[in-house]
Amino acid sequence: MRRVVVTGLGLVTPLGGDVETSWKNLLAGKSGAGTITRFDTTDQKCTIACEVKPADHEYGFDPMKRVDHKVQRQVDPFIVYGIDAAGQALEDAGLSDMTDEQKLRAGCSIGSGIGGLPGIESESLLLAEKGPGRVSPHFVHGRLINLISGQVSIKYGLMGPNHAVVTACSTGAHSIGDAARMIRDDDADIMLAGGAESTICPIGIAGFAQARALNMSSNDAPEKASRPYDKDRDGFVMGEGAGVVVLEEYEHAKARGAKIYAEVVGYGLSGDAYHVTAPHPEGFGAFRSMEMALKKAGMTPADIDYINAHGTSTMADTIELGAVKRLFGNEIANVSMSSTKSAIGHLLGGAGAVESIFCILAIRDQIVPPTLNLDNPDEGTEGVDLVPHTAKKRAVKAALNNSFGFGGTNASLIVKAVED
Amino acid sequence: MSDSADKVKKIVVEHLGVEADKVTEEASFIDDLGADSLDIVELVMAFEEEFGVEIPDDAAEKIATVKDAIDYIEANKG
Repeated sequence: MRRVVVTGLGLVTPLGGDVETSWKNLLAGKSGAGTITRFDTTDQKCTIACEVKPADHEYGFDPMKRVDHKVQRQVDPFIVYGIDAAGQALEDAGLSDMTDEQKLRAGCSIGSGIGGLPGIESESLLLAEKGPGRVSPHFVHGRLINLISGQVSIKYGLMGPNHAVVTACSTGAHSIGDAARMIRDDDADIMLAGGAESTICPIGIAGFAQARALNMSSNDAPEKASRPYDKDRDGFVMGEGAGVVVLEEYEHAKARGAKIYAEVVGYGLSGDAYHVTAPHPEGFGAFRSMEMALKKAGMTPADIDYINAHGTSTMADTIELGAVKRLFGNEIANVSMSSTKSAIGHLLGGAGAVESIFCILAIRDQIVPPTLNLDNPDEGTEGVDLVPHTAKKRAVKAALNNSFGFGGTNASLIVKAVED
Repeated sequence: MSDSADKVKKIVVEHLGVEADKVTEEASFIDDLGADSLDIVELVMAFEEEFGVEIPDDAAEKIATVKDAIDYIEANKG
């Protein structure tokens, strides 16, 4: 069977415009949360978010590095983040200058949960105010979810599969899992895979606030708002950014002497068949998703060292934890599980990709990132190492990422240190 | 150079992300400045907005160079 490894990483997060800055700040326990600067939040119930910082910030993002000025003007920020993260990943993999033969066998699977909401909002307002003749000719293709994959394939000449997953907050994990299967099925040798999101705009914040999903009680203390597993958690903090990995067929990577971060060994998917926004109360779907990923990997819970949890800082945290405890049994004592959403917020369609990259870096550096703000662990968390407050050095050979989305969609990905 | 010409060139630089010195009056949007047909639609919209003129589709189709745009605006602005 064709094996799939990770040979390049790219990140744009509220903690940095690249992989190493984001990771360093995450391990240092920094929070990306703050008062929203992007728009006037008057009358909004939620006024905080984890924004990607501007280029002049200590850990800001400079879109001019990799994204054409004209493209930046035409597309929504989620596409800009996605193009940049894809470029970082290709550079990291030493693949930014591929041969034509390689390009025919290289594809993209970079999705988004929602797509270009800020642009849909602003162009709709323009339509209402000034009429249809003022709607941008780039309106449609500047907002479409598959246009990260489209833009990236055009920029780098990638002629293999061109795919984009849309499964709400499990998009990033599904994107990587699906792309890994494309390599396994011999559709491609190289896939850029991941997810991106940017919905910090008036209608995005209002919509999630009205759905009672966002934290609305900590507007005066943004860095304390995202507190997965804590008794006082009451909603997620919206994040934004992108995560993209280069997936590559193992022999292909070895033959060109590529640096190999990890192997994608397990991928599980399931549906809750229960409710549009609430998870199944017993975490039935989450359980089966993790179980399938383990089975595909030929692993048992004893083989997993770190879980990067979905853990959004909502009531659902303990449902996911319950499913993990049931699946892991006594092995729960040997695993570390943290939610990095405590630091970077919830990147929605980008979350699973960004968090899978954190899993890969945990394997590389033998350290697991913390769950911030876990001051008073909720009932049911006893006996589980949720890595409160500070990063923890430990052996990490294999790591699992959980990502769950509205509509009851679940994805679990397992990455592992490569063995011959 | 007229005031309109200055403004037209500024809009072109901003929308197409090209160096200001490339935006000569003879420059063709498509051949010299890297625009595609949608970029021209967007430029025409920006000219309409800036100068308060209406540029109907048949007139817009004839705007190929920076000078074409300046001339149309000079002749039609209110």
